[in-house]
Amino acid sequence: MAKLRTRKHKVVLARSAGGDAGISVLLVLLGAFMFLPMVYVVMQSLKPLDELWMYPPRFYVMSPTLKNFKDLFTLMNISWVPFSRYIFNTVLVSVAGTAGHLFLASLAAYALAKIKFPGRNLMFQTVQMSLMFNATVTAITSFILMSALKWLDSYWALIVPAWCSSLGLYLMKQFMDTNVNDSVLESARLDGARELKIFWIIAMPMVKPAWLTLIIYSFQGLWNAGASMYIYSEQFKSFNYAIGQILAGGIKRAGAGAASQVIMMLVPILIFIISQSNIIETMGSSGMKD
Amino acid sequence: MAKKQATKQAASRELTKAQWKLKEIRQNWVAYLMVAPYMILFTLFTVVPVALSIVISFTDFNMLELPNIVWLKNYVTLFFDDDIFLIAIKNTFIFACIVGPSSYIMSYLVAWFINELPPKVRALVTLIFYAPSISGQVYLIWGTLFSSDSYGWANATLEKLGIINAPINWFRDETYVMPLCIVVSLWTSLGTSFLAFIAGLQGIDRALYEAGAVDGVKNRWQELYYITLPSMKPQLMFGAIMSITGAFGFGGIVDALAGFPSVNYCAHTIMHHLNDYGGMRYEIGYSSAIAVILFLMMIGANMLVKRILSKIGN
Repeated sequence: MAKLRTRKHKVVLARSAGGDAGISVLLVLLGAFMFLPMVYVVMQSLKPLDELWMYPPRFYVMSPTLKNFKDLFTLMNISWVPFSRYIFNTVLVSVAGTAGHLFLASLAAYALAKIKFPGRNLMFQTVQMSLMFNATVTAITSFILMSALKWLDSYWALIVPAWCSSLGLYLMKQFMDTNVNDSVLESARLDGARELKIFWIIAMPMVKPAWLTLIIYSFQGLWNAGASMYIYSEQFKSFNYAIGQILAGGIKRAGAGAASQVIMMLVPILIFIISQSNIIETMGSSGMKD
Repeated sequence: MAKKQATKQAASRELTKAQWKLKEIRQNWVAYLMVAPYMILFTLFTVVPVALSIVISFTDFNMLELPNIVWLKNYVTLFFDDDIFLIAIKNTFIFACIVGPSSYIMSYLVAWFINELPPKVRALVTLIFYAPSISGQVYLIWGTLFSSDSYGWANATLEKLGIINAPINWFRDETYVMPLCIVVSLWTSLGTSFLAFIAGLQGIDRALYEAGAVDGVKNRWQELYYITLPSMKPQLMFGAIMSITGAFGFGGIVDALAGFPSVNYCAHTIMHHLNDYGGMRYEIGYSSAIAVILFLMMIGANMLVKRILSKIGN
């Protein structure tokens, strides 16, 4: 017991009180910079119109009201394309895109991580390389490709590219590398189990945190997607796009606009709160070995 | 004679090597089946578009007429005849060089600061710092805070303090557009790399610190340099790639806050130039050349940083 205490004491010695204080102050300042704008979004959504246009502006709301949210729903009801359609579009694309991505990326990640076959390194390195540039680079040629496939102005153009996003495959493969035990797979193989069966029955249950991470990353990306250059018809556009239109409506709609921002940010934040520990666990194996 | 024998032997060894490969491929057909759906789509939607951009960048393709090969004309025009492109390159560099490293260092420092907090508090602080990066267009609130009239918090505060007499039109004034967009980008930039750092720090064996304390590590900075950073090099690599790629993708924030094009192109970036020529004027050949340059910049920046990071702890 005494030994344990001295050990603990030694580790504490590496911390100076001044350093602790300095770091705390810095953390609080940075935290305020990050947090206060988010709080302000919520405050704005609860302000009645006269408080939204008050001089000088106040940070806190004095007489909170839910009228802005009511206005938002009224606006939704009178829109040309029914608002339920935008919500349906976003939910459909998010769910179909995420489900396909999870299945295809896990399947490929398992083979890349756990089966030794010629070409696996080249394949994984290509995917890893694609993390180094973003979609802007491929935007124009993807547009040509979509038009060649006759997928413009359809759900396919939004759903199918989501299936092969590279970050998901990368995280899943790295997680399987560290968390799926080779000897378990080997003994299953000796018992005559097929690879597909091993993947589904043995490997997949062992990587649940990674599933959840893939689901959340994919869902967040699709949920936050605004206007797409592949879609022209109003009835295929996303919830986020429609919300943006309300926000762009100017002074009269400032209240509803503020309420719409709260609704848009609430969904990803709630999902993150529920899944935080799983995501962090997945990130534990995200490291890149040169 | 002996030489001939040797070559014959080598040839047969070659053959067996090729045969061995073939056998390996045949044995593992299931693996190919498993990667096929993903890899085919990945090739179609990522590899092909990049390759196609490179090819098209040597032509004058415009979606209407048959393309002619113009070799390097697009590139020459970009660098010698397109003043706005030079502004775009400059701005992209400024953005990437400020936002990339700042967000990387901020992500790391915050992750490091909160590492020793109790788990519940740490989860809460993580949420606070991570939330802006996942909340979609919530950064538009900065447009409200820095709105052009006196109802905006920034103008109202400065007026109250007597620093300014008339409200500043923040997102329409060349002096302020770039710095403000950089601040907003930083605000949304504690993303995937931040989470990777938190996880990496949690994964370091406590015994290493105790051993370090015995070996004479005096303060937390020495501990950081000698123990913590070298132990999480893979996460540092991954985080760097995420931060760099993210730092090149801030164009959307500029569009939303400062409009397109921004005043006198003062926050015009390569991404905007690409959308301008590709998405609006349908000059596909020219915009492909822009895409290729952007691609090379991103890959180059990533490679450079990878090389620098591989020196840590050596």
